[in-house]
Amino acid sequence: MNTSSNLTTPKSANPYAHRPSRSQAIEKGVLSVFRAATYFILICGAIVFGDIVFKGVPTVVNSFKTTADFPYVTNTFLFTAPESLYVFDYDGKSREMGDQEFRAFRATEEAKATAAGMPVPAIKATSYVYSAGGIWPCIVGTVLLVIGSMTIALFLGVCSAVFLNEYAKDGPVVRFIRLAILNLAGVPSIVFGLFGFGLFVLAAPTVGTVPVGEIHLRLWPLNYYLNFGGWGVSLLSGWFTLAFMVLPVVITASEEALKAVPKGFREGSLALGATKWQTIRKNVVPYALPGILTSSILGIARVAGETAPIMFTAAYVVRDKLPWEVEKASDFFFQGVMALPYHIYVVSSKIPQNEYTARVQYGTAFVFLGLVALIATASIILRNNLRGRYKW
Amino acid sequence: METISTTPTVTVASSSGATPASRSFKVSSAPSDAQPAETLINIENFDFYYGAKQALFDINLKLDDKRVTAFIGPSGCGKSTLLRCLNRMNDLIDGTSVKRGKVTVRGIDINGGDVDPIELRKRVGMVFQKSNPFPKSIYENVIYGLRIQGETNKTRLDEVVEKSLRGAALWDEVKDRLHESGLGLSGGQQQRLCIARTIAVSPEIILMDEPCSALDPIATAKVEELIHDLKKEFTIIIVTHSMQQAARCSDKTAFFYMGKLVEYADTRTIFMNPANPQTEAYVSGRFG
Ligand SMILES: Nc1ncnc2c1ncn2[C@@H]1O[C@H](COP(=O)(O)OP(=O)(O)O)[C@@H](O)[C@H]1O
Ligand SMILES: [Mg+2]
Repeated sequence: MNTSSNLTTPKSANPYAHRPSRSQAIEKGVLSVFRAATYFILICGAIVFGDIVFKGVPTVVNSFKTTADFPYVTNTFLFTAPESLYVFDYDGKSREMGDQEFRAFRATEEAKATAAGMPVPAIKATSYVYSAGGIWPCIVGTVLLVIGSMTIALFLGVCSAVFLNEYAKDGPVVRFIRLAILNLAGVPSIVFGLFGFGLFVLAAPTVGTVPVGEIHLRLWPLNYYLNFGGWGVSLLSGWFTLAFMVLPVVITASEEALKAVPKGFREGSLALGATKWQTIRKNVVPYALPGILTSSILGIARVAGETAPIMFTAAYVVRDKLPWEVEKASDFFFQGVMALPYHIYVVSSKIPQNEYTARVQYGTAFVFLGLVALIATASIILRNNLRGRYKW
Repeated sequence: METISTTPTVTVASSSGATPASRSFKVSSAPSDAQPAETLINIENFDFYYGAKQALFDINLKLDDKRVTAFIGPSGCGKSTLLRCLNRMNDLIDGTSVKRGKVTVRGIDINGGDVDPIELRKRVGMVFQKSNPFPKSIYENVIYGLRIQGETNKTRLDEVVEKSLRGAALWDEVKDRLHESGLGLSGGQQQRLCIARTIAVSPEIILMDEPCSALDPIATAKVEELIHDLKKEFTIIIVTHSMQQAARCSDKTAFFYMGKLVEYADTRTIFMNPANPQTEAYVSGRFG
């Protein structure tokens, strides 16, 4: 039978039939690489998060305690300050106690023994720093650092983005400024820490009734002096250092968001006799705000999580007082705080490592993730609210 | 000789004190087409540059008060540029300059040192080619200009919203949804909203840059009808690509070509009996 013509044979009549080819093989190969890369990332992420959650959750969950007063339940890990942990054998039982509890226990035991005319018992305990109590001051400190630094970064960032995008004429100077800002994003965080230390901790201007240092300025006619003594290790120093660290992100994001606002809104407003500032305030920035916030949410995680910028500028290894326990309101800004990432660092760098510190590390890491998620969620809700209000 | 109105009540630079309502439009003095019109805007020997590039060459043009003047001409001939010179929107573009000549409104040089472009734009409103309602409610869109001027009296704002929307032939369509977004309107409604927004600040002159180029024929007809009503109160200058539109709604027409004014006359003359062969070629559709 003659089968020389393909077109007439029923078997090969389908011109779209599958035919293996080189390009299909490549397609398959490429796809598997993409898929493998994605799954690899997924698995690594799952391991990291799983580890933190699995080991961190028990620390938090096991710390619930009932209390005598309202609200009758508390969590010692979340809501108390860190303490040393004492581990000891007594009465044939192995015990773990926080510093305060241990002192009380020892006192009562000693009193009991003296009352009974027995020799005072020698309790031989091993202590582990920061392994008891909780991380409340760190949570508070991190929240304060995030709120303050993001406020400063957003204010400075939006102002400069508005200037660069709306007012400044495009030219070499503006391009240079943009480049400088972008480069700022590449500076390692430890360098920001050192820069913050040199500038804000040691040399920032303060106003006081007495002159400090060689360079100072009398604020004539007042009896005050402008000193350059720095703000010390303080919230204020930390805020500015962290703010400078996220500024590139905020500025770039704000500029993008401003650029996305149609030119017609500006022209329409100006044509109605609005000034440039009125136009920007009423008819540009409000529409750009959701975009600005979206990118700033990334900044929140960065600000909350960085250790290096705050370790010279704002963070204390340990501090008994909570930030609101200050004598006068202005002291609030000039106090150092504990912070979650720095606490993790401090606890993790204790050698030798042991199960007790590991508990705190994982617990802190877990709480940190939860806190960042919480702040980010709040910002996202705020952003979505704004977005719903202005749509185009 | 041209007639420049010397009415001192309207000065471009110092109008901020007067609330828009205080200069109500004298409908009685609105011209019937039989009456001769006064010159409101006088453009003399006007040269305009974008950087080093000259966009307008020696324009001489007198635009009538309470009339509709159409600017026609092929794309890129400078119609928009001239229009935007009338409310100094071109100031916003870097490197633009008026190298020669002047534009006067009621005898006042609008490029003069004592003229604030902000005040000028309150008097010389503008409707853009691409309708640009703000992403706010219809109500807020209309009172935007008044809010900018600091008007907070709710009753007054309500009045202005109704009056302006009626003026823009939009009231009946939107009166039940004033607080919904202006962006929910159809294209033609959006453009009329922009017109309402412009007339809400009671300008004297309304500039329209191809206001119907993005609209369908029915919406276009509505806007054209509106233009016809608006000229009782406002001086309107409209740039258009459509010669039918110029013919339908303008009193006078200026034909531009390559940055130069070729011919300016009564619309009827331009279309029926143009003096210049280029005009003739353009209006008869032989180029453009
Ligand atoms: N922003 C600008 N910068 C430089 N040149 C421009 C700008 N806008 C318009 N032009 C030029 O000016 C000329 C007139 O433009 P335009 O007034 O927009 O024309 P039309 O509105 O008649 O189509 C054109 O050659 C155009 O390229
Ligand atoms: Mg144009």
